[in-house]
Amino acid sequence: MTLANTQSQALEFECDTGNYHTFCPISCVAWLYQKIEDSFFLVIGTKTCGYFLQNAMGVMIFAEPRYAMAELEEGDVSAKLNDYDELKRLCLQIKRDRNPSVIVWIGTCTTEIIKMDLEGLAPKLEAEIGIPIVVARANGLDYAFTQGEDTVLAAMAHRCPSSDQVTTSEEKAERGGIQKLLSFGRQQETSAEPTESVYHDHPPLVLFGSVPDPINTQITLELKRQGIQVSGWLPAKRYTELPVIDEGYYVAGINPFLSRTASTLMRRRKCKLIGAPFPIGPDGTRAWVEKICSVFGIEPQGLEEREAQIWDSLEDYVSLIRGKSVYFMGDNLLEISLARFLVRCGMTVPEIGIPYMDKRYQAAELKFLEQTCHEMGVPLPKIIEKPDNYNQLQRIKATQPDLVITGMAHANPLEARGISTKWSVEFTFAQIHGFTNARDVLELVTRPLRRNQNLKDLGWEKLVKEEATV
Amino acid sequence: MKLAYWMYAGPAHIGTLRIASSFKNVHAIMHAPLGDDYFNVMRSMLSRERDFTPVTASIVDRKVLARGSQERVVDNIVRKDREETPDLILLTPTCTSSILQEDLQNFVERASLDAQGDVLLADVNHYRVNELQAADRTLHQVVEFYLQKARKQGTLPTTKTERPSVNILGMTTLGFHNNHDCTELKKLMGDLGIEVNLVMPEGASVHELHKLPQAWFNLVPYREIGPQTAEYLRAEFEMPCLDITPMGLVETARCIRAIQSILNDQGAEVDYEPFIDEQTRFVSQAAWFSRSIDCQNLTGKKAVVFGDNTHAAAMTKILAREMGIHVVLAGTYCKYDEAWFRQQVGEYCDDILISDDNGAIADAIARHEPAAIFGTQMERHVGKRLDIPCGVIAAPIHIQNFPVGYRPFLGYEGANQVVDLVYNSFTLGMEDHLLEIFGGHDTKEVITKTVSADSDLVWTKDGLAELNKIPGFVRGKVKRNTEKFARERGFGEINAEVLYAAKEAVGA
Repeated sequence: MTLANTQSQALEFECDTGNYHTFCPISCVAWLYQKIEDSFFLVIGTKTCGYFLQNAMGVMIFAEPRYAMAELEEGDVSAKLNDYDELKRLCLQIKRDRNPSVIVWIGTCTTEIIKMDLEGLAPKLEAEIGIPIVVARANGLDYAFTQGEDTVLAAMAHRCPSSDQVTTSEEKAERGGIQKLLSFGRQQETSAEPTESVYHDHPPLVLFGSVPDPINTQITLELKRQGIQVSGWLPAKRYTELPVIDEGYYVAGINPFLSRTASTLMRRRKCKLIGAPFPIGPDGTRAWVEKICSVFGIEPQGLEEREAQIWDSLEDYVSLIRGKSVYFMGDNLLEISLARFLVRCGMTVPEIGIPYMDKRYQAAELKFLEQTCHEMGVPLPKIIEKPDNYNQLQRIKATQPDLVITGMAHANPLEARGISTKWSVEFTFAQIHGFTNARDVLELVTRPLRRNQNLKDLGWEKLVKEEATV
Repeated sequence: MKLAYWMYAGPAHIGTLRIASSFKNVHAIMHAPLGDDYFNVMRSMLSRERDFTPVTASIVDRKVLARGSQERVVDNIVRKDREETPDLILLTPTCTSSILQEDLQNFVERASLDAQGDVLLADVNHYRVNELQAADRTLHQVVEFYLQKARKQGTLPTTKTERPSVNILGMTTLGFHNNHDCTELKKLMGDLGIEVNLVMPEGASVHELHKLPQAWFNLVPYREIGPQTAEYLRAEFEMPCLDITPMGLVETARCIRAIQSILNDQGAEVDYEPFIDEQTRFVSQAAWFSRSIDCQNLTGKKAVVFGDNTHAAAMTKILAREMGIHVVLAGTYCKYDEAWFRQQVGEYCDDILISDDNGAIADAIARHEPAAIFGTQMERHVGKRLDIPCGVIAAPIHIQNFPVGYRPFLGYEGANQVVDLVYNSFTLGMEDHLLEIFGGHDTKEVITKTVSADSDLVWTKDGLAELNKIPGFVRGKVKRNTEKFARERGFGEINAEVLYAAKEAVGA
């Protein structure tokens, strides 16, 4: 055994107490209702859930979103009221007021504890009111923050039609919504045949992960350059446009937190998962595209130059962070990919906190991180699953990293103690995927450092009185 | 079940946490699932706290569901006691933990054996009380606990302070302009020659609570938080309780006169009339404003008021009584305290609305078409939609309602602030009307905010569609950079691919 030899080389994993701050997974409704335009999200929970959404999502609530709380009252919890009748009443009201194409029920901690059988009630009610009802248990007992999207997409994966269910030509056009995007410009007038020559002959590929529409376009175009056709996205812009998924299709994830969706697509829809690093940063994007190419036996064209070009355009930002250290407290599962990108930028990463580490789904990304560290000649970070914020703060205090990526709860107090922070949630709401957006990631990462440069020499970095040492 | 999009008052545990984190060196431990500790985010962001919010969660996860919390809550309490040596740890139940029906009281008792500090279980029912009621209840609970403890230890002072003194009860973290109000009240008490014995809970230490009975009386400026404590102190120590909110000139004078009578009953022999007169007529600008022609122009204008009991009632009285504004509707979301509100505003408005359904309030505003609204952030948004100006007078509030500058609502300076708030709301409304009458608006849809596009380039349909997806505030810049890029490279038209190529090249 060469254990002793490899151990110093391999990533180290640890699991702490899980006393850390993150958003509740029901927050996924905030971006998913915007992504899936004809949906309505009904969060079945208590005032606590509602207050979180209205506060965490800030002004968005004012835009009359297509989501609401089904607020449980004492009668619901003690089963004095009939769940089915209550949900039927609310869903009919939603149907009347908004007429959505799908109602997504988000189960919460409370529905788990009182064992409300949402999966059992949904099909019955769906048949009665004539609107599809998708059930996702995105609760804080089981999941953290972005994993909420994972539970919703895993539930949606069951609703994607198979090709024998899609018979009319209009529906075919709708379900292949992405193809329309691809054939814009000149080819639009002519029939579909000429466009096909643009692509290699490969089995259908469906991408999963909710990203803003511009990223859908960019990523689709990126693969088009390699002659790879994206036959659909999960989720699509509209529920009625969910892509066709047949046995044997290939699927690839765009985000690191989609492990349930991936396993649902593999096990239930019999798809083949392309395990790749995620397209975050130019290095990640190139590795992602290359992996897809290699699976389809395609020789990638011009990727290396393209990556180099992007790096060149990033130099002004990279020079700001080169040699600096970044500490991830961990709350959104993007940590591994971001850390890998930042190591490539020349940063050192002492520690990566992460809520949950799926070593299988993230295998390629973890390997890529290891490889990147070796190539850049920096020590491997320690990966801490279910971190303990208190312990982390002690380590931050001891090591004084140049940048801490953390939640809002800790950002201001750390800044007051002279430690630069970047609010982690911004990475989930900003456009960070693909070559095109690498700059946006660094825009976020360098912002505190640029701010510091602007304010340096003022002599007021530390704004709390020295704490008594206990 | 209730279909709800928005709520005015938060869940009960928020109230408890507000009390806990207002005190110095009190730590709250929430028995809650992952993600329920967003109170820390609110406190850290809204009130821009420099210190870590003293709230941690004892996480309820699958394992806890299966086996009960067992040692976990106790361990977390004892651990926190060791790490930060708080004076008091307040175990805070949440909606989740209250349906688990674990014996949290038992955990508290076990933890107390090992902890150096005190440990208490916040006694609030999640399904029956809201944030404000819970805060009122928790404050009472903490005060009662420490006074009884002092009584047992014999450290309870038996005499009053030598000079007249007051406890100010109900100042909390995340309270609407509470920190400024607190400064203003302390100043007012100073002007009246009254010592401030204790301000509570904001900034107070639990070790000071035994001093409470030394004050000559208690002042409870807000209707929502503090009355239970004041009532307890009245029943237990015969301390007079003053619950007049000194907001607006008339109410401030009434509050000061009530103080005068309380003090004189205890033999102080004070006369505050000259002070009230001087302040009202010459120091504060509010009385003069009400006589000025600016205010004359507001006469009879219609307003709608909505908020918590304290601020909605006080505002209604100020508008109607001190400015001659016609309050067509006054409302509160404090349904549990409805009778008080009706009695306060009954004679100052046409109609009263008691509701916590934001839709009902929006509808009422649309129906009345007032010239201005005074409400919460929600009403401000309704105003935006209906093109009616809105002054924010009560929580729920956003970060801009935690101003850095001095903005009390109470006392004489508070009266000045309210004048500005009211007057600015109405003039903006006038300007808006004049624009409407003489100026008109562009109705043609425009993509960027620049006045002239002056471009020789053609955008294809898909290029424009992609451009439209870019958020409005950067769209103009992206458009300019893309066109520059296209011109340099000699592209005749701009489609989506060119747009993104430009972004990569120049970071547009």
